[in-house]
Amino acid sequence: METFDWIEVGAKAAFLVIVLLQVVPIMVWVERRGSALMQNRLGPNRCGPLGLLQSLADVVKFLWKEDPVPGHVEPFYYLLAPLVSVVPAFMTFAVIPFASSIQIGTHTVHFQVADLNVGLLYVFSIASLGVYGIIMAGWASNNKYTMLGSLRSSSQMISYELSMGLSVIGIIMTFSSLKLGDIAQQQGQFITQIGPIVLPEWLAIPRWGIFLQPLGFLIFLVSVFAETNRLPFDLPEGESELVAGYHLEYGAMKFALFMMAEYLNMTTASGLLATLYFGGWQLLPGMHTILGLVQSSLGLTGMAAEWARVLFEGTSFSIKTAFFMWFFVWVRWTLPRFRYDQLMDLGWKVMLPLSLANIFITAILTFYGWV
Amino acid sequence: MTESKEARRSQIDLPSGYQVEHDPDDLWGDSRVIVNIGPTHPAMHGALRMVAKLNGETIEKSYCEFGFTHRAKEKLGENRTFHNFTVYTDRLNYCSALINNVTYAMSVEKLMGVEVPERCVWIRMICCELARVMDHLICVGINAVDLGAFSFFLYGFHQREEAYTLVEKLCGARLTTSFTRIGGLMGDAPDGFEKELKAWVEKTRKVIDEMDELLTNNKIWKKRTVGVGVFSKQDCMDYSFSGPNARAAGIDLDLRRDQPCMFYKNVEFDVPVAQNGDVFDRYMVRINEIRQSLNILSQCADKMKKGPIWSEDKRVRIPEKTVVHNTMEGLIHHFKFFMTGFEVPAGEAYTQFEAANGELGFYIVSKGATRAHRMRIRGPSVWHFQALSPMVEGEKIADMVAALGSINIIAGELDR
Repeated sequence: METFDWIEVGAKAAFLVIVLLQVVPIMVWVERRGSALMQNRLGPNRCGPLGLLQSLADVVKFLWKEDPVPGHVEPFYYLLAPLVSVVPAFMTFAVIPFASSIQIGTHTVHFQVADLNVGLLYVFSIASLGVYGIIMAGWASNNKYTMLGSLRSSSQMISYELSMGLSVIGIIMTFSSLKLGDIAQQQGQFITQIGPIVLPEWLAIPRWGIFLQPLGFLIFLVSVFAETNRLPFDLPEGESELVAGYHLEYGAMKFALFMMAEYLNMTTASGLLATLYFGGWQLLPGMHTILGLVQSSLGLTGMAAEWARVLFEGTSFSIKTAFFMWFFVWVRWTLPRFRYDQLMDLGWKVMLPLSLANIFITAILTFYGWV
Repeated sequence: MTESKEARRSQIDLPSGYQVEHDPDDLWGDSRVIVNIGPTHPAMHGALRMVAKLNGETIEKSYCEFGFTHRAKEKLGENRTFHNFTVYTDRLNYCSALINNVTYAMSVEKLMGVEVPERCVWIRMICCELARVMDHLICVGINAVDLGAFSFFLYGFHQREEAYTLVEKLCGARLTTSFTRIGGLMGDAPDGFEKELKAWVEKTRKVIDEMDELLTNNKIWKKRTVGVGVFSKQDCMDYSFSGPNARAAGIDLDLRRDQPCMFYKNVEFDVPVAQNGDVFDRYMVRINEIRQSLNILSQCADKMKKGPIWSEDKRVRIPEKTVVHNTMEGLIHHFKFFMTGFEVPAGEAYTQFEAANGELGFYIVSKGATRAHRMRIRGPSVWHFQALSPMVEGEKIADMVAALGSINIIAGELDR
């Protein structure tokens, strides 16, 4: 690799890590204020404007707390577990494109840390590493509640990874690519015909995953809720019966790392949802016009116009991702929790057959060239 | 946990020849995981303990323990004057302290043959129904929190705080009210109380409808509650269930209707009854009872008239402050009243009332002194808590949490 490539990858990776680190406290704030909004409460409003600095205060608190290791734990795995769950959470985002490419001199720069040709497989393989952190934490804590929590979590994740992986196969079939960059690129086109029916010109439905794979989208959505351990599938934590589940014995920054991992997983899941089913960085309807206006009114040409486009694409991607993150919060404060066996029933008896049916239908439609 | 009870006992020095009996309820016989749920566990409302033998997530066998908050209330009743004991009744079922106050006052009045004036009875009825609404709101709310529905809980809790504000207007305290006196009340309801009460009733009606819409038909909620923690009609009779838990299993019994005291004959209300005796039915019965209590409250507010709140009986009536401060006789009366208390004629009486959780009873034996000779309190939670173990046998741990929340165990009246 040339020097430029090294700098490019380094810059993108650093940018992404910094952004993701900022997303966590903001998400914590959104969750607290959002839940307060739904429950006729005020929420944290003392630290900074609208309580925005509350997360900062929390970080300071976590850092300054005593960090004990209980006597009955297995110290090595106990200390390793938070790292094992937080690192994959950062890594998954590497293949998600947050804007299209730009031409700098002779180089084409993709706004994506790595455009792997096995993109989706990479996502699933790294995302499933996170469960090791939870199993380790549960086992190493040497406590019955944490053990139950980690057992629940491992079976839950394995069951739902299956339907999650299968639901995405429909997307792979329709876009004929595993590269997330390609998938996002192709969603910029429009659906011109549904089977034999040719759609009129004015009915411009973008070729987004949700319109091509509605069933697959639903299965994927439910599965990511289970994958990220969010309510209604937060059984590994199972607040009421398992106290705090797998992270019961953790305190201070070690606990904060688990919490970070949860919010990072949420961010990644939202990014994936946006990329696979909502056109990724493709501009939202209406943003093309605004972009045109901005470019013409400011008289932007050449590189400046290109950068404006990249900025708009990044904004579009962020809006889509933010919507799904809000959706996670919204669902959490509305629904009750499933019971463990009901969750398993749903996973194996409903989600799995449905995702298989989705593959079957997509295969037939693709074979006849209808999608 | 392979260690058996015998092995553990053998570590203790036993007298020679002492044989450890085999206990059929021994959980420690085989190598299953034993989980100790409580007494400091977030799902245990109050200091309760359940030891459960698990097979996977299923509870194979369990036993429950209570008594962690035992404060010898009944013995205290024998060492305090009848007037003094009122404050102790607050700490029985602390979610509906007013009902305990009223029932205790009624039981002593029954023993003494004291009649209280009309306005006093209406205010006491308002207190009882307010307390019932507060108790039911917290029961269904906490039950929902245990199953993950937090917002539902806070909607109810907000309204409950408003109810506390009303109670505060009556007696100045929110939780430990001590509002009643033998033969009267601490004070009269403030001006405009009826209006505020009716406004609150209307608001609460809307909130209850909202809560009902949010949760009752929710599919996950139904999955978690229907057919869970079932306790049949026969079982309920065997375990002496009362109150909403018995009504959820089809026992059509409500002491307000069947043994009317105060003015319950003069107000119209229905007694909601369900058939299956599961967590969902207990939840539904409570939600519908809140609606009925709101009906009673608005009727009470309409029928309440101005008038005295104290009985004319000189034995129990606390002397007026103007009399106390200006006359020698009044001062002596006041001193004697609070230092030695009033004498209650010899006899015994059991007074029961439909408290929020079931039948609350005070059995008082007096030998003519200023203190009770024997005092016994029937707290409904004792009977309900005993049923928890059979109720959850063969169900999941998560169901245990749901079942415990639905029978509304209050440690205060359980342990006394």
